Amino acid sequence: MHQPHAEPRRSIYYRYQVFQPWLPSAHSAPEQVPVVVVGSGPVGLTTALALAQQGVQCVVLESELQVSEGSRAIVFTRRSMEILQQVGVADRVSANGLPWRFGNSFYRGQRVFRMEGPHDADDRFFPMINLQQQYLEEYLVDACVAHPLIDFRWGNRVTALSQGVDHATLEVDTPDGTYRLQAGWVVAADGARSGIRSMMGLKLEGASYEGRFVIADIRVDLPLPTERLAFFDPEWNPGNTVLMHREPHGIWRVDYQLPADETPEQALAPESLKARIDAQLAMIGHPGVPWEMDWCSVYSARALTLPDYVQGRVLFTGDAAHMLPIFGVRGANTGFQDAQALAWRLALVVKGVAPEALLHTYSQERVGAAREIIDEAGKSTRFMTPPTRGFRLLRDAVLSLSLTEPFVGPLYHWRTSRPHEYTHSALNSLGDDNALFKCGPGRGAPPQNVCLGPDDYLLDRLDHAFQLLYFTDAAEVPSALRQVVQDFRVRGVPLRVLAVGASAPVAGADDVLADARGQLRARYGVTARGAAYLLRPDQHVCARWMSLDAERLRAALSNALAPTAGQTTISNQGA
Amino acid sequence: MNPTVDTQLSITDLEAVYDALAQAIDQAGPERSELFLVKLALLNAQTLGSAQAVREQIERALRDL
Repeated sequence: MHQPHAEPRRSIYYRYQVFQPWLPSAHSAPEQVPVVVVGSGPVGLTTALALAQQGVQCVVLESELQVSEGSRAIVFTRRSMEILQQVGVADRVSANGLPWRFGNSFYRGQRVFRMEGPHDADDRFFPMINLQQQYLEEYLVDACVAHPLIDFRWGNRVTALSQGVDHATLEVDTPDGTYRLQAGWVVAADGARSGIRSMMGLKLEGASYEGRFVIADIRVDLPLPTERLAFFDPEWNPGNTVLMHREPHGIWRVDYQLPADETPEQALAPESLKARIDAQLAMIGHPGVPWEMDWCSVYSARALTLPDYVQGRVLFTGDAAHMLPIFGVRGANTGFQDAQALAWRLALVVKGVAPEALLHTYSQERVGAAREIIDEAGKSTRFMTPPTRGFRLLRDAVLSLSLTEPFVGPLYHWRTSRPHEYTHSALNSLGDDNALFKCGPGRGAPPQNVCLGPDDYLLDRLDHAFQLLYFTDAAEVPSALRQVVQDFRVRGVPLRVLAVGASAPVAGADDVLADARGQLRARYGVTARGAAYLLRPDQHVCARWMSLDAERLRAALSNALAPTAGQTTISNQGA
Repeated sequence: MNPTVDTQLSITDLEAVYDALAQAIDQAGPERSELFLVKLALLNAQTLGSAQAVREQIERALRDL
């Protein structure tokens, strides 16, 4: 019998709510559902919300009775916010988070590099925003519970999984015994220690790094702006690295590397934590400032991924699919992109609109993204925690040079998480005019947001459908194009047409963006009427044309739903 | 920065040099890496073609050891 912890977790700033467990005795059995999401972290809940918003009923199973312990993921990128906007919780994150865009690297008391996150007037969201994970989960839980298609089950732990040809069966343990749940598809979003992954005997591939870090959240009053602080080789922790981030509610994250021979138990001993945090606060010019511990933990940098995220009827997302070094905020921020990439495909497959093969392109795109992130993160990790004598010498030489030679500054800049561009995706339409555009998001890229007016941005206007941005100032979309749109809608494909550049309603368009300043046309490299961008439901571009015709629109939509074998081969070579 | 050098590495090239040097130091091993680095410095000096420029770089590299 599963007995989840029923006391609220301890925190000095977050009030945990303990929810009632879902009990099978109070509900009729047996059950069959289209999708079961296992795990109620940010990635599982984003997937569930996106699925429900696309009309798919799902059950969320969470073994605990409350949101995550400790702040965990605290930095969310602009792309994550755009994804959270799509599922409807970005406003609450904006209202409560701390946005920022500067990162500072210090060595021997001197600021040796200042990283500036790009931010232009066309972006609604800052490059980064800090918020403790408990709050984000709370907002997502609220949205899930409010959605009629989501059945949220606290205190339900999956203990076994078996697969049939067209379904999976889960054994679920609860505080009043077990029950069976049959799912058309299972989304494994159960985190780094994924029980589903273990039950299926799947192995992550890749490397673990030597360095271990303590994460400690403390409440302390520091008169500093919200910027990332990184300290290299500080006197109190020679050879190692210390990071600091401001969080809401007067909390600071202090993140420091451990000496190589120290165990996690030694590191988390209260006297050890106190001495080191006191030393860090003294080093930044605040000796003896009072502080209070909220939560602490130890982690090590790993760079691992499953080789395939589609395993029969089980679909892996987030940390259950991959474990990425957190330098550069790559954990949750990669997971949101998984959730968004999976949800639209799964929705179309569940509804019978697209073949199951579409799900394999989810795996191709996201495994490719994880591998690229692992490669990039390796460079950051080699600087933060040098793996060999050679890398340590280079790092130390760069630290020393940086005091007088600015040219080495950029070597401090570990690449932060950025949205992956699916340049080689099988869903891209190779017959488009991609190469003719001088600017704008290329084939496979996420969209560039554009400010259309006061508090009005392009991404505000997009939902979970395919979106055709059709640039015209005419009174109607040509009838041949409207016929193609109609044909796909009849097949059940969600497809919206947004006319850009017209001042009056356009027949055949669902929405009109006047684009009076021409900003959208400029950012998207459009020079003449009749141009178009086709965005997938996850907003990535799958085709763009200087001059759209019906046949090429039909080909692009067909390919985005059921890529042809030839294009899949190209994708594999490119990945 | 340095009037005798009119070309600069791109960040990508600088990163590539960083990795190549680290790997070469590991390949040379702790007993021989100093010898390797001095040989490399002499080769760079020869390419630089200016004793004065080499003396300036020695001064810059001696700072903040």
